[in-house]
Amino acid sequence: MRASTVSIAGVTLVADLSGALFWEEQSLLIVSDLHLEKGSSFAARGVLLPPYDTVATLSRLAIVIARHDPGMVIALGDSFHDRDAHQRLSDIDRGAITALQAQRDWIWISGNHDPALPSELGGVVASEVAIGPIAFRHQPTGAVGEIAGHLHPKARVATRGRSMERRCFACDDERAVMPAFGAYTGGLSIRDAAFAKIFQQLGFMAHVLGDNRVHTITASRCY
Amino acid sequence: MSLVSLPEPSAETAALLPDRFRRWFASRGWSPREHQLALLGKARDNRSALLIAPTGAGKTLAGFLPTLVELSSPVPASFISTGRSVQKSRGLHTLYISPLKALAVDIARNLETPVREMGLPIKIETRTGDTPVSRRQRQRRYPPDILLTTPEQLALLLSSDDAPFLFSSLRRIVLDELHALVTSKRGDLLSLGLARLWRLAPEIRAIGLSATVAEPEQLARFLVPQRDGREAAADVVTAGGAAAPIVEMLDTEERLPWAGHTARHALNEVYDLIKRNNTTLVFVNTRSQAEMLFQDLWRMNDDGLAIALHHGSLDVAQRRKVEDAMAAGKLRGVVCTSSLDLGVDWGDVDLVINIGAPKGASRLMQRIGRANHRIDEASRAVLVPANRFEVLECAVAIDAIAENAQDTPPLRTGALDVLAQHVLGCACGEPFLSDALYAEVLTAAPYSKLTRADFDDVVEFVATGGYALKTYERFARIKQDKLGRWRVANPRVRQSYRLNVGTIVEEAMLKVRLVRSRGVARGNNKGSTGVLGRGGRMLGEIEEYFIEGLVVGDTFVFGGEVVRYEALVEDQVYVSRANDKDAKVPSYMGGKFPLSTYLAERVRKLLDDNSAWNALPDQVRDWLSLQKHFSRVPGVRELLVETFPRGNKHYLVCYPFEGRLAHQALGMLLTRRLERARARPLGFVANEYALAIWGLGDTAFMVRQGRLDLNALFDPDMLGDDLEAWLAESALMKRTFRNCALISGLIARRFTDEDKTRRQVLFSTDLIYDVLRKHQADHVLLRGARADAASGLLDLRRLGDMLSRIHGRIIHKELDRVSPLAVPVMLEIGREQVYGEASDELLAEAADELVKEAIG
Repeated sequence: MRASTVSIAGVTLVADLSGALFWEEQSLLIVSDLHLEKGSSFAARGVLLPPYDTVATLSRLAIVIARHDPGMVIALGDSFHDRDAHQRLSDIDRGAITALQAQRDWIWISGNHDPALPSELGGVVASEVAIGPIAFRHQPTGAVGEIAGHLHPKARVATRGRSMERRCFACDDERAVMPAFGAYTGGLSIRDAAFAKIFQQLGFMAHVLGDNRVHTITASRCY
Repeated sequence: MSLVSLPEPSAETAALLPDRFRRWFASRGWSPREHQLALLGKARDNRSALLIAPTGAGKTLAGFLPTLVELSSPVPASFISTGRSVQKSRGLHTLYISPLKALAVDIARNLETPVREMGLPIKIETRTGDTPVSRRQRQRRYPPDILLTTPEQLALLLSSDDAPFLFSSLRRIVLDELHALVTSKRGDLLSLGLARLWRLAPEIRAIGLSATVAEPEQLARFLVPQRDGREAAADVVTAGGAAAPIVEMLDTEERLPWAGHTARHALNEVYDLIKRNNTTLVFVNTRSQAEMLFQDLWRMNDDGLAIALHHGSLDVAQRRKVEDAMAAGKLRGVVCTSSLDLGVDWGDVDLVINIGAPKGASRLMQRIGRANHRIDEASRAVLVPANRFEVLECAVAIDAIAENAQDTPPLRTGALDVLAQHVLGCACGEPFLSDALYAEVLTAAPYSKLTRADFDDVVEFVATGGYALKTYERFARIKQDKLGRWRVANPRVRQSYRLNVGTIVEEAMLKVRLVRSRGVARGNNKGSTGVLGRGGRMLGEIEEYFIEGLVVGDTFVFGGEVVRYEALVEDQVYVSRANDKDAKVPSYMGGKFPLSTYLAERVRKLLDDNSAWNALPDQVRDWLSLQKHFSRVPGVRELLVETFPRGNKHYLVCYPFEGRLAHQALGMLLTRRLERARARPLGFVANEYALAIWGLGDTAFMVRQGRLDLNALFDPDMLGDDLEAWLAESALMKRTFRNCALISGLIARRFTDEDKTRRQVLFSTDLIYDVLRKHQADHVLLRGARADAASGLLDLRRLGDMLSRIHGRIIHKELDRVSPLAVPVMLEIGREQVYGEASDELLAEAADELVKEAIG
């Protein structure tokens, strides 16, 4: 079993090992916080991170799209690391995005890193999308039926002196915060105060992305 | 710098010492020592020299004598323009480099004495991280005659525009504790600094001061430029006259423990030794051992002896206080770690006690040298083995010392990440041409075999990251001008270099505070911190990675007591006193240094030679005899593998004697192979001598059936694909990569004010490692990290040598229960950390708890 299922406001979604969510009924795939061109963004400031993050992120995205073959993809904001990032895309990477968009609807939700995306990227740009009982937006507000990103949740699990830290989905029955999908995106512990504003106490679950499967662990067990 | 009189040196060498100096020696009741005059002779002949001398031989004075003599005759000073005015100065004459800034400060103080008493016109100053900016600026304008500093400060000075001005007058360089400096990346950095100095001031001559090493001629290469592929070396001067030390093993009345590292059984005897001597240094191998021993001694200290504690994570001020009290003769005993292996000479230590494994003959010798700094009196030392294997190690170490055998490691090959830092530093100063810098770097002994391809890769890395995908040209940190000379692209690069110079990557540390428990026992581990009393007494600092492995309620030893982990708030760890006698999570991580190959070889020989057992304590002899009867005592060239069932698991124990690091790597690799062979291994534990692997499969049965071939299991080919596959994913490799990324300057450790606001958007080096490995596996940083992991962290060469040595010589003993020799490593299970990469299973376990909770 590679994935686990989560139920948000009565809707059942598959939490994919890659960090994507798949809503089968709607043939909708959701990914969040791709942060494309984060490497070159740092390079511009003198930190010469390897320039392979965009191609790494897009090839992982291609794999999960091939697996589910969705009719629609929502990129849940911060798809690009900064305002100019899309201009730094290589032709190959730009071509890869176009290829992924072929034969399906594509929605770019704008995020705080990429508030003004140009239309030539293909797909449509929106600040929020509502489908059935679910609202998709970048920054979580804690509203019922919300699927958001922005916080890059991660969880650390420790046992007998050893520990592991991984990205995770943070969910309760009413809302979810998705893990960041980008190759260079680190994370924020789900025990951070930011999550306390969205979830009630620690009564939420971490769906932790392991090596071969997604593990469901109570937030109180994580650090 | 205390000296005693020895036989008068010959008239010819004595003539090298000016009258003023001879009178000064006489006024102190001293006469100059042979090796001190020998160094004057080397100076006269314009030769660089390596002085090998034990502590107490007047080594420092010897190193500075040529300088003091040269500066004692008036040299015409010239006028130097400072921009605003002119100043009379003859420029910097001698540079002294020490691994410890405290040592530099002390040496400066000690040098003042002869300078003052002889009325020499010499200005001496130190320059360390603590030196105020105003003084540092002044030093660059009006240099002292003698400047005492550290490798990092030298790198900073060399990266400044005025380096050519500052160093053009330099005549001498004195490198203290050279044997210690050259074993790390700091030595690499220093060697590159030297190469730069040789170009700026071709006339300089170096004097290296070192403890005894295995290959003095190799170490002497460090001191002179290497050219045209020939191995040039400084002259080696060896100080004679040191009395042989008196080293004994504690003949304990108590039962010798099977395992463990605390030597608690011998506490009374150790206390007694401290009581019977004036001042005793008690060396242990790890910080936690030091803390535990100190607490134990304190508890039994009915005589109120002044005993102090000294280790690397104590506050600096606290450490200095102990050192001062020691120097003033106010302490009866100091419990210390390798933090006191180097440093200031103290007069009257009359006994060194070494608790636990000596690890290496040379290291032990250096520690023993800390006792009794009078060269003509024998140092006295007592070795206290903490378990039975350590008795063997102590026995062979004592023999090695009697033979004056040395086992210091060979000279390093210079690391590429350090070279990257140096190249950036060079670009911060005068612009450089690649050809010229390459030629210069080759003169540094550790880099004398650097290929042009590696050098060019490093320059490319510094410029644009060295990526096959060339998209960063416009973001280059260093750029070539029309003449092809490299210079920094903008002042921010220079600023960042200055903030990040150095090769010491410190572990992230957290402060530990003692608070009242807030009732974890009641199952309240929800992690809110509201009810937790803030503040609390500071107990010290602990590595962040250790805390990451704990859950609230786990207990561990800290500050000599068992404490309970309560919470982590920012950089503060809150703990409470626990009533448990034993900690749940072991914190003993072993010493930094593995058992030397040389001592390991001697231990194997000792085991193989029944007649030599007579010299061992009865308990140990009986233990070995039992092993011989019950199983087999491993021979010199063979590998003994024992298998036996215990509980519902099957154990495989082998005895390579190659040190913990090599055994851990071996454990990882064997576990992978056993997994493939469907032996269902569960875990393993390693100590310095043995490795125990356990699992569900009956390995002995599998061997009998021919389903498992031990020779194939231990085949050296495990160092091929299996190693690559494991290493690539291992946490160890990621940590190594992180260090390389920091040292090479890919990522900053310290930020300029402007950058600080951006710290929110940090990134994980693990993620960068993963991406880089997939897209450019041969990148120069990955090559550097792999080299580091193979040499330092895993001892792969040693593992490889061992596997070839024992190939076809595996002796398998199928037993029905644990053998006497296996008991020590078996006892480590649960006490030592169990290895194996944390994996999905760890997450699955946490998830299962949830299922159990749900069911019932």
